[in-house]
Amino acid sequence: MNFELFVIPFNIGLYFIIFYVVYRSVVWFLDLSRQDKLRLQRGFFGRAFWQSIKEIFSESLLHRKIWKTNARLGYMHTSLAFGWFLLIIFGTIEADLFGTSHLNPPYKAIFFKYFHPEPARSGIEVAYAFLMDLILAYILSGLFLAVLKRFSSKSVGMKKTTKLLTLDKVALTSLWLVFPSRLLAESFTSGAYGSGSFLTGSLGNALASFLPAEQLAYPFWWLYSLSLGTFFILLPLTRYMHIPIELFLIFARNSGIKTGDQKGSYTDIQIYSCSSCGICIDACQLSFSAGINNIQTAYLLKGIRENIDVTDIVPNCLMCGRCEAKCPVGIEIMPIRMIQRRENIYLPSERKLLKRYFPDRKKSPAPKPPVPPSYSWIPEGRSEKAKVIYFAGCMSHLTPTIKKSMLSIFEAAGVDYTFVDEEGGVCCGRPLMLSGQTKKARELISYNSKLFYETGADMLVTSCPICYKVFKESYKLGIDIMHHTQYIKKLINDDALKLNFMHKTVSYHSPCDLGRGSGVYDEPKYVLSYVARLQETEFEDENSLCCGGSLANTKIDNPTRALIAKDAARELTKNRPDYLVTACPLCKKTFGAVTETDVVDISELVAQVIVVPQAKRLMSNSPIMRKKKVTVKNNC
Amino acid sequence: MNKEVIVIGAGAAGMESAGQLANEGFSVKIFEKDESPGGHLKGWYHLFPNRRDSVEVMDYLLDVIDRKEIELLTNTTVTKVSKKDGKFVVTTTQNKEYNADAIIVTTGFDLFRSERKEEYGYGIYDNVITSAELEKMFRNGNLRCTDGRIPQKVGFIHCVGSRDEKVGNFYCSKLCCVSAVKQAIEIREHVPESNVFCFYMDIRMGGSGYEELYRESQQKYGVNYIRGKVSEVAENYEGKLVLKVEDTLVGKPLKMEFDMLVLMVGMEMSESGKELAVNSGLLTGENRFFAPADHHFGSNKGNVDGIFYAGACTATMNLTETLAHARSAVDDVVDYFRRKK
Repeated sequence: MNFELFVIPFNIGLYFIIFYVVYRSVVWFLDLSRQDKLRLQRGFFGRAFWQSIKEIFSESLLHRKIWKTNARLGYMHTSLAFGWFLLIIFGTIEADLFGTSHLNPPYKAIFFKYFHPEPARSGIEVAYAFLMDLILAYILSGLFLAVLKRFSSKSVGMKKTTKLLTLDKVALTSLWLVFPSRLLAESFTSGAYGSGSFLTGSLGNALASFLPAEQLAYPFWWLYSLSLGTFFILLPLTRYMHIPIELFLIFARNSGIKTGDQKGSYTDIQIYSCSSCGICIDACQLSFSAGINNIQTAYLLKGIRENIDVTDIVPNCLMCGRCEAKCPVGIEIMPIRMIQRRENIYLPSERKLLKRYFPDRKKSPAPKPPVPPSYSWIPEGRSEKAKVIYFAGCMSHLTPTIKKSMLSIFEAAGVDYTFVDEEGGVCCGRPLMLSGQTKKARELISYNSKLFYETGADMLVTSCPICYKVFKESYKLGIDIMHHTQYIKKLINDDALKLNFMHKTVSYHSPCDLGRGSGVYDEPKYVLSYVARLQETEFEDENSLCCGGSLANTKIDNPTRALIAKDAARELTKNRPDYLVTACPLCKKTFGAVTETDVVDISELVAQVIVVPQAKRLMSNSPIMRKKKVTVKNNC
Repeated sequence: MNKEVIVIGAGAAGMESAGQLANEGFSVKIFEKDESPGGHLKGWYHLFPNRRDSVEVMDYLLDVIDRKEIELLTNTTVTKVSKKDGKFVVTTTQNKEYNADAIIVTTGFDLFRSERKEEYGYGIYDNVITSAELEKMFRNGNLRCTDGRIPQKVGFIHCVGSRDEKVGNFYCSKLCCVSAVKQAIEIREHVPESNVFCFYMDIRMGGSGYEELYRESQQKYGVNYIRGKVSEVAENYEGKLVLKVEDTLVGKPLKMEFDMLVLMVGMEMSESGKELAVNSGLLTGENRFFAPADHHFGSNKGNVDGIFYAGACTATMNLTETLAHARSAVDDVVDYFRRKK
């Protein structure tokens, strides 16, 4: 027996999906920029290749990161992915070892039991049958969890799970049917021939005792093949496309390809690599504090994939980056959302079936038209020569204690600085960037850049993480850029600033744009531990919360923000610290409105404990220092 | 019928209702958390709109409660009221318990804490003060900047902590607009050469005689009104306050210097009232004030029969409304005992 009609659906499905994935990969490769193509080529012959193999094993099969976030969910994903992988590998070996011929076509391994139903002849074969049953049982246990998750997401420790489209449901059903139908087909065959191991053997015997096993086996082999075939054919239209595409993504990432700010192959690959696991939904504060459950990344990516209108989803995000930090696939979510913000126009297109299998090559549509008028009316700025530029930022002007504290720190450390936006400066441009108005933002960036350049300084210090991020990413200044927490640390290390220790407990809130956004986690904590007793919270570093005040969300209202802020403040003040400390004027303002605990910026604490203003201050050009002694009132 | 009624709070509402209760033949206890009665009225100089000296009203109220049926217990904060078998037990911070047949809650309001609007610089810059502090300056006859100068240019910022989503207060505090008008006039009277500017979102002159006062402030006293919400305040090297605002009628951003800025602080549910509400199961509304049983027919009643409200613990109110509300609460108390018979 070498062939049976029922293997045809499986074969069609398998060869279709192989052809399809190769085709899509080629299209994607061709659409990559020249540099990215080179990167990929270099990666293929270099370390990236082996790194990718390792990562594919640990992430695509073992799902290590999901295990870390949620062990039950991790077990579910691992058992399905790794179990299936083992079943294929060991099935192929089985067909090769114990079958009648070598180098069999794939269906021989998949339907091995049908073609070789005889009981095991040797000890090795008994052991092998046991192994195969074990693997099948492993997969079925994961499948059981998956079905459970669909009906009750809490059972696998998830608060929310993703909602499905019709085709997803068909594909999901066929996926669910694959393993139970295999179990039954193998069991009936085993029952008829008295073979099989602990699972298929016992179940087969039990079934054969009251059912015509031999006759019933055949339809189940058909069902098994049909469900596999259906699953493969529908794969490109569903989220299960992540299974083959993620391999491509891992390889591309390890080769050094980055999302950048243009739509292209790499964004497309990432969009298709999302498995809609729902971890981003659980990570999102809009979900767990404000009850908004339809705007998270899984839905955004699905919307883009399925060409659904996402214009309402795109701006409804705090851009805090919590989901990106937790995404087990490592999708660069923030840049993708930024690209989408720049182009936030929905172009409805035909959704014919063929178009969905073979979509047009993704090209960036024309960017949003800029909002008139331009900023040409802003008067020319003037700046003074100094070594260090201090840019408070507009939010720090709304929290003047921070501004005053920084000035007294500069004073005490004898820094030659100029307070460039003392009279109120021009916006750094990030709010415009975040709303997708890159062109407008560029006008502000060049205005400020000119101002900075004219000072001749080699260091720019800002009090605002929002400004800091855009200075770092979008300004080409060629000078050192520091957030004031980094600068204070430098002053401490340079012995320019002498500080007392205050016997107060503090907990630190890491601002999104400074922490996850710019990777500055350690300096603020260093400074804080230097001046006070720093308490740990449950939300440190990458897991830190968003205050809810984020400029990035243009959809939610103030009461909704307050919900997020209250939840976050409650978590951060659980251990009853004397101060809730942050390093961002916006976080300070947002938290200040919702908590009884005193909320202060790091600079305010530092300004309170300055020991002796050192007399080595050079007379700088700053008029505020020359004419008036700056004192900070102790209001915290 | 020697019924005992407890009044919680000896502000204007508490004193007036206590007097009326005594007129009706009840014996009354008033609990006051401060060391003397009078509440916020103690802090006022002249009252709007007729510029009567607040001492006159204060004397009237002190006179009202000065009778043998009324016992005033000062330095006593009520933390809880509980109802048992149609009677009430009032618990104070000293853990003493008092019995009563009915309660009138007159816990009033707290002023909005201006530190919460850090952008206005209260507590950071010396010459940013609140309207309540200005009133005290008038009373003490000491209208000066911290360095002793007499302020030549004074700005009033309306709606500080009122109609402000960001601090969680959606409501209008009603009396700050007319207070600003009154205080602006008084500044001009104290310092005739001064310039006074009011920065407002809307001017709300809803009471009798208010609009006339507003007109007078412009025609007779030359007070300037600029429509625009102040965005931020800074201090320059001369110690002057630099205020940024957009004049929304002209459509231009402005930057102005002032010697003194007055924040027209709004009203919020008092902290002691909040504590009382939580401990006693009294319902509060979205504005955090006590929730009246009915907007039209039950503004003195709440969710517990026998506990009545009077004055600014239910909504923002001026003195005229508060006194009327206090008297109507007593009507409800009388009605309550008649029903119970």
